[in-house]
Amino acid sequence: MNGYVVQVENLKVYYPTSSGPVKAVDGVSFNLGAREKLGLVGESGCGKSTLALSLLRLIKPPGRIEGGRILLNGVDLTQLSWDKMRRVRLNQISLIPQGAMNSLNPVMRVRNQIMDGMRAHNQSMSRQELEARVYETLELVGLERNVATMYPHELSGGMKQRVCVAIAISLRPQVVVADEPTSALDVVVQRQVMETIGQLQEELGAAVILIGHDMGLMAQFVERLAVMYAGRLVEAGGIREVFRQPLHPYTQLLISSVPLLDEKGVFRGIPGLTPSLLHVPSGCIFHPRCPQAQDTCTEEVPPLVEVGPSRWVACHRHEVER
Amino acid sequence: MQRFILRRLGVFVLVVWLASTVNFIVPRLAPVNPIRERLLQAVSQGGAAKSDLEQVVAYYEAKFGLDQPLWKQYLNFLWDMLRLDFGVSIANFPAKAMDIILRALPWTLVFLTVAVLIAFAVGTFLGALIAWPRAPRFLQFLVAPLLTLSAIPYYLLGLVLIFLLAFTWRIFPMGGGYDLGLVPKLDLAFLANAAKHSILPALSIVLSGIGSWALGMRGMMVSTLGEDYIALAEAKGLAGREVFMRYAVRNALLPQTTSLALSMGTVAAGAVIVEVVFGYPGVGTILYQAIRSFDYFVIYGVVMMIIVSIGLVTFALDVLYPVLDPRISYERK
Amino acid sequence: MAARPARDISLIRRHPQLITGLAILLVLIVIGPVGSLFVDTKEAKVGAALPDLPPSARYPLGTDTYGRNLLPMLFLGTPQTIKIGLLAGAIGLGVGIILGFVAGYTGGIVDNIIRGAADILLTVPGLLLLVVIAVSIKGTVSVNMMAIVVSILAWMWPTRTIRAQVLTLREREFVRMAKLGGMKGAEIIVRELVPNLLPYLASSFVGAVASAILATIGLEALGLGPQNQPTLGMTIYWALYYTAVLRGLWWWWAPPIVIIVLTFMGLFLVSAGLDQIANPRLRRLT
Repeated sequence: MNGYVVQVENLKVYYPTSSGPVKAVDGVSFNLGAREKLGLVGESGCGKSTLALSLLRLIKPPGRIEGGRILLNGVDLTQLSWDKMRRVRLNQISLIPQGAMNSLNPVMRVRNQIMDGMRAHNQSMSRQELEARVYETLELVGLERNVATMYPHELSGGMKQRVCVAIAISLRPQVVVADEPTSALDVVVQRQVMETIGQLQEELGAAVILIGHDMGLMAQFVERLAVMYAGRLVEAGGIREVFRQPLHPYTQLLISSVPLLDEKGVFRGIPGLTPSLLHVPSGCIFHPRCPQAQDTCTEEVPPLVEVGPSRWVACHRHEVER
Repeated sequence: MQRFILRRLGVFVLVVWLASTVNFIVPRLAPVNPIRERLLQAVSQGGAAKSDLEQVVAYYEAKFGLDQPLWKQYLNFLWDMLRLDFGVSIANFPAKAMDIILRALPWTLVFLTVAVLIAFAVGTFLGALIAWPRAPRFLQFLVAPLLTLSAIPYYLLGLVLIFLLAFTWRIFPMGGGYDLGLVPKLDLAFLANAAKHSILPALSIVLSGIGSWALGMRGMMVSTLGEDYIALAEAKGLAGREVFMRYAVRNALLPQTTSLALSMGTVAAGAVIVEVVFGYPGVGTILYQAIRSFDYFVIYGVVMMIIVSIGLVTFALDVLYPVLDPRISYERK
Repeated sequence: MAARPARDISLIRRHPQLITGLAILLVLIVIGPVGSLFVDTKEAKVGAALPDLPPSARYPLGTDTYGRNLLPMLFLGTPQTIKIGLLAGAIGLGVGIILGFVAGYTGGIVDNIIRGAADILLTVPGLLLLVVIAVSIKGTVSVNMMAIVVSILAWMWPTRTIRAQVLTLREREFVRMAKLGGMKGAEIIVRELVPNLLPYLASSFVGAVASAILATIGLEALGLGPQNQPTLGMTIYWALYYTAVLRGLWWWWAPPIVIIVLTFMGLFLVSAGLDQIANPRLRRLT
């Protein structure tokens, strides 16, 4: 037991189909320190949302956690009973969902939706205390008190997202998993919501896992970055180091695909398509699209190795550099 | 708020008007007006009431006779409908049609309302449970029997029930509204007897209704369970029961209520035939007898009364809907 | 996803509801013609046998109070009822397609009128209106007349469904693309909209047939059907008329009920199966 709040060890989440298992998350390991801001970035379909959901054990059948451990303060969440896990949610680890548009119950007032979460984990609070907390939380996310009596359909997209943030922090959890919280919003509102989350994180001292596909957003918000591709982690490290010197070819391509202001009209993408998670390529999972692929890449799976202090990469090219 | 209610009221009036118009036009479309035929037939059969019947024929001719312009006949007709004056019963002359109907109406209203309420409540809850992934697995075995029940029209189920529970095992009476020889009065003994007679008819509707409402709710629940807000509710660590009732069922109830409102017509039609099968003294039996004796005025009367009743119920449900769904408001934005 | 999963799941496992439903309906459709080959249909006439006989080897379904052998009656009557249902359903679907398209594509007042009419007729107990109509028709009603009368109640659901689909499709991108490509209205309808509508058309047809059969049996049970055809509903009417229930002649009314229940179950399963094809989200339900 060390200082890490969350330790994910070799997590595997598979979806069984009649043609074989779809390996949405295939052996992912990482650690999260207290109050740390970790970014998890990757293309659509790389498994980052599945990873987020599995941290709260919200994977719906037929998907299941096939192997690995998720340690929250040393307790393995994968082994908890349904009821014990239920108590962990919102209380110790909470979720800011991706689509706030539809994440709020349309027939319930905002105040009740914040309160029922609190009440589910804390029977001792009186009605007044709960209401006070609700107003407190709304204020923290920058919403007016009168929002409490409104129904979700009376709120704008940004406001709905803030309510979701409010719900996620209402019990001051240790870890907040933000699953692409701003993808559905326009840039102005995006910035406001991210600022709010940042402030909250400072004040409440929670660790945040920010999941997304926007490298620019990551650069502005997180301290450490982990890059996912097709269900596996390919690189991790401090945000500055990763940007300054990306080691994995995929990371290099990702960063170079962020358009620069002074290079107008130049768009770089990554050729090829993400592989099927059903029929995974042999060896290194990225080799079909990798501009630097070698022979070993088609045969052996590169392990995730520590090439520097808190600096990890899974690439045959960098094993040598160690 | 008022405009909303007025609009719904307008729909109600429209429906009643349309039904009246159909009742007016249809017999006049036939090559020979069947009403006139029937009246003349009753007169020619004679009997003690012959001269009274001739008065009725004269009255009818004056109002709806061939020498009256069509629009005038129509207006007379609408005016009668408005006052709920359906004329006299040709078969049970000189009883007024409305009187016959009014004697039977309470029987129908009471047993039908109770049956529908029970069927809807039980069926909806059962359907919701079956759709809930963490409910006991054995509930899934209920789907096949529920499907069968929903596929039987009420009155046919009634036949089966009579045969099993009244004929073979004499648990319930075979039909009628009360034991022969009893005089209807408002005391406990009579009411108890009436209640016993209404169990099987009500059961026909309840069992089949539970089948269809349960299957319907199950479908609504499956759609609702795929929504994002259910996922967030679980992410909040809410107890299963709370997610089930306040997030899933509460939302699935909306389209389920709509389907209740839409099915009122089918329910009423089925109930009518149920009464016929059981000989239950409600408007259904009255209608059946009127059909057999071509008692046109009574037929129109029953049809109109049923349509008016359903119209009122639909109107009430319409007005109540915004209470259930806050997204629909009484005001026009 | 670059690769597609192999389609090695057999058809039955993928759509169990649809296949079961179609199987049931198929049996019901052929049972009449096939059964008539093995049984002497002349025995379905009045006085062909002794009345009120319970089922035996000679008369597998017994006889009724008219002395008719009930087994050939069933074989004769079932196709009649199904025919009424199919005919009325087809008429209902045809009307529904036309009205649905007109309402959805044109919009405006026309749309409001059509939609209003459909909604009103849905809430009103249509059977009662049919009673009014049937009672005014003097003389015997033929099977085809029944179909036409009953189809008055069968067009509403198809109209609603098709209108809703036309509305969604009208705004979809591929229609805009077709318009930009110079296709005219009618061509768009035929080449772009119809293929997407097929599952809904099929589902509406099934629904129309179901309401038609329900209405038919209802009317017939009240005595308003084709008097000299042994349709399922008329059989029940006669059973009621001669108090078969009170006299314990269960073989008279039970087989028609079984056939009717199977029919509705089959129709429901087919309809649910078609819904699953149209809306993949429902596939979890099997």
